[in-house]
Amino acid sequence: MSLALDKPRSPRRPAARRSNGELYSWLFMRLSGLLLVVLVLGHLFIMNILDGGVHKINFGFVAGRWASPFWQFWDLAMLWLAQIHGGNGVRTVINDYARKDSTRFWLKMLLYVSMVLIISLGTFVIFTFDPNISN
Amino acid sequence: MTSAGAPERSGTTRGGGTLYRGDLGMWSWVAHRITGVLTFFFLFTHVLDTALVRVSPNAYDAVIETYKNPVVNLFEVGLVGAVLYHALNGIRVMLVDFWEKGAKYQRVMLWTVLAVWVLVMIPGFYFMMERTISDLLGGH
Repeated sequence: MSLALDKPRSPRRPAARRSNGELYSWLFMRLSGLLLVVLVLGHLFIMNILDGGVHKINFGFVAGRWASPFWQFWDLAMLWLAQIHGGNGVRTVINDYARKDSTRFWLKMLLYVSMVLIISLGTFVIFTFDPNISN
Repeated sequence: MTSAGAPERSGTTRGGGTLYRGDLGMWSWVAHRITGVLTFFFLFTHVLDTALVRVSPNAYDAVIETYKNPVVNLFEVGLVGAVLYHALNGIRVMLVDFWEKGAKYQRVMLWTVLAVWVLVMIPGFYFMMERTISDLLGGH
């Protein structure tokens, strides 16, 4: 295979890329993925098997878990990492399949709004949870 | 799985190891995307329902109550299966990227991923469905 270079001897070649954003995104997927393997598989194993699954879950169950700062931090880390990891993945999927620039733009806006909403709401709930809230 | 127009498989696939389209590696990527997107959509719902603990215990309990049936239980098994594949294949992707022999062993690693998935999902299915199945068989 021959390599064709456009104007190989020109003094300045156009930069291949303007920023390293996609590199950091690629790296983030791997680093967050590694943490999420532990956080999410641990969460699924505890919730679905060790603690007896959805039949055991109610308000009191959540209150019991979030009484511990350890599980609060676990859930907070999982929320942020999973939202950014998943959002970045869906961003890649939109970039791959959207055919029109306007479609791509609006799908990504919808994605970013949903990410901000879910991260803010989840963080707010973890930090302001009140076990004695009235019915 | 061989589609019309795909390159010839014999000779090129196993020998050179450069064929990607239509080969096993492509399907592992397709499955990675699908399981990832599904999990992301689930997460959206999951944070919203859990946020009801900030509204009132009754509101939260009422919604969780609608999850306590065999259909949702099966969905849970599906979710665990999707996340488990995504996690195991994600580790494989990292090994392909960062381990010097990763690319060479990518096919063996994919079969390992599938084998581990089956080995975990068999007891996983049993322990997750235990209560639903005994309820369905009339053991109240």
